[in-house]
Amino acid sequence: MSLLEVKNLTVEFQTASGPFRAVDGVSLKVDEGEVLAIVGESGSGKSVSMLAAMGLLPWTAKVTADVLTFNGRDMRTMSDAERRKIIGKDIAMIFQEPIASLNPCFTVGYQIEEVLRIHTDLSRRARRERAIELFQSVGIPNPEERLGHFPHQMSGGQCQRVMIATALACNPKLLIADEPTTALDVTIQKQILDLLMKLQAEHGMGLIIITHDMGVVAETADRVIVQYKGRQIEEADVLSLFSAPKSVYTKALLAALPENATGERLPTITEKLTDAEIFAGAMR
Amino acid sequence: MTPVLEAKNLKRDYHIPGGLLKPSKTVHAVKGVSFKVEQGKTLAIVGESGCGKSTVARMVTMIDPITSGEMLIDGRRIDIASEPLTPEMRSKVQIVFQNPYGSLNPRKKIGDILTEPLVINTKVPAGERRDRAMAMLKKVGLEEKHYGRYPHMFSGGQRQRVAIARALMLNPRLLVLDEPVSALDLSVQAQVLNLLADLQDEFQLTYVFISHDLSVVRHIADDVMVMYFGEAVEYGSRDQVFNDPKHDYTKTLFAATPRVDVDAIRARIERRKRVA
Repeated sequence: MSLLEVKNLTVEFQTASGPFRAVDGVSLKVDEGEVLAIVGESGSGKSVSMLAAMGLLPWTAKVTADVLTFNGRDMRTMSDAERRKIIGKDIAMIFQEPIASLNPCFTVGYQIEEVLRIHTDLSRRARRERAIELFQSVGIPNPEERLGHFPHQMSGGQCQRVMIATALACNPKLLIADEPTTALDVTIQKQILDLLMKLQAEHGMGLIIITHDMGVVAETADRVIVQYKGRQIEEADVLSLFSAPKSVYTKALLAALPENATGERLPTITEKLTDAEIFAGAMR
Repeated sequence: MTPVLEAKNLKRDYHIPGGLLKPSKTVHAVKGVSFKVEQGKTLAIVGESGCGKSTVARMVTMIDPITSGEMLIDGRRIDIASEPLTPEMRSKVQIVFQNPYGSLNPRKKIGDILTEPLVINTKVPAGERRDRAMAMLKKVGLEEKHYGRYPHMFSGGQRQRVAIARALMLNPRLLVLDEPVSALDLSVQAQVLNLLADLQDEFQLTYVFISHDLSVVRHIADDVMVMYFGEAVEYGSRDQVFNDPKHDYTKTLFAATPRVDVDAIRARIERRKRVA
């Protein structure tokens, strides 16, 4: 049984010019211990589909799905209270802007212990010990002292480590990382990706990485889903995607990578491709 | 031929005033860098956040005065701390910023954004300003109908085209590009990089290209300077720096850049299997 299973997920937003379909018939499965990358350009619906699966979209969004289960439980019929028990505990999420996703008014120690207070029945002292242990596992030096710091006292890379520690606080079964390294420098990106992969292997959790960066995909994923304008274009294991991409869109994306360029100019095939051509090979 | 831009031992300090209990502090943002860019060439400055690359950009664009050292633009010594900036000097260097969502005034139409540099720095009459803006729109791959629209009606890539068009309105000699493609999608990034290359060929433009993305730098640069904590730790031609990096930091940087070739992916999967 898959950890997360989504079939035919559709998300619509009501706009002044009629309904806008941000996600159109997305289906995916993630197993325990598997790393799935969802890759696409901005507006491809990669973040929205994951937010919808977790029930984090505002009421203006109309979410429909044929199947939406986590660990065998139907997420569609679940009450909000029930869903809140799962989210943050069994499913955790980390976001793009580490500094913006932490509350500037509270110390990082308070914020990580808050998760433990809500989802576990550990005592105050046990929570503190667990927080220190978590900070150590994500490689934050001097955890005792660091727990008393505010987000603005830490660098972007350190804040992302705090976010990862918070996400891992309750040993989640599934971690969703939405552009975890986009705001970070390459050297820090490498550290964070290595850390995520190490923790993923240690805990055997499922990991979904949402990214627009083909480099991140190449460095992390087992399986890849390519999305464009809310629809899935291609699904493949990472090696076949890079060595023998099937869809015209994936081919165009890979050709546009500067490191694959052969001539003076980069090929910009996506500019000439129409939506119809891109969707022609799309999976349904 | 005199290089378009020459910097000798360029330094920039920022003084942070102290408070009642806090002593004042001096931050040495740039600790003496020297470089030279010939006409029609591209110098890429690489480094992580806080290494001083944007401070260099601010000095080159004459936004920030230099603390010490010497900067020559077109063979002429520039020191905005001691002499006021003339419109003629200002039009020699223009800048394109990273985030096209933040660098265009949302309350101005594209036409006004493009003609503003002419209004400020030249005495070109209104009719000609309009003609020049129209011509520039076409040059950067936009259309005349975009003249009367507002920035929010454009995508990120189109906005960056507008920002590039604005920078070119004064026919600059030197264009400073501060992370011009890092906020853009992959396919749009390719389009903007191609546009920059086309414009460089057409106008013999000189670029100072600031980036943290080594794959982009490798594609576009003639010379590369790697900065680390305010110092230039490596400076040379692109092939020199990429094929034979000397400094440890440059090597770390290369090692940290994700690799997208099939062999690297295969090796990673093998490693993962062994661990599991």
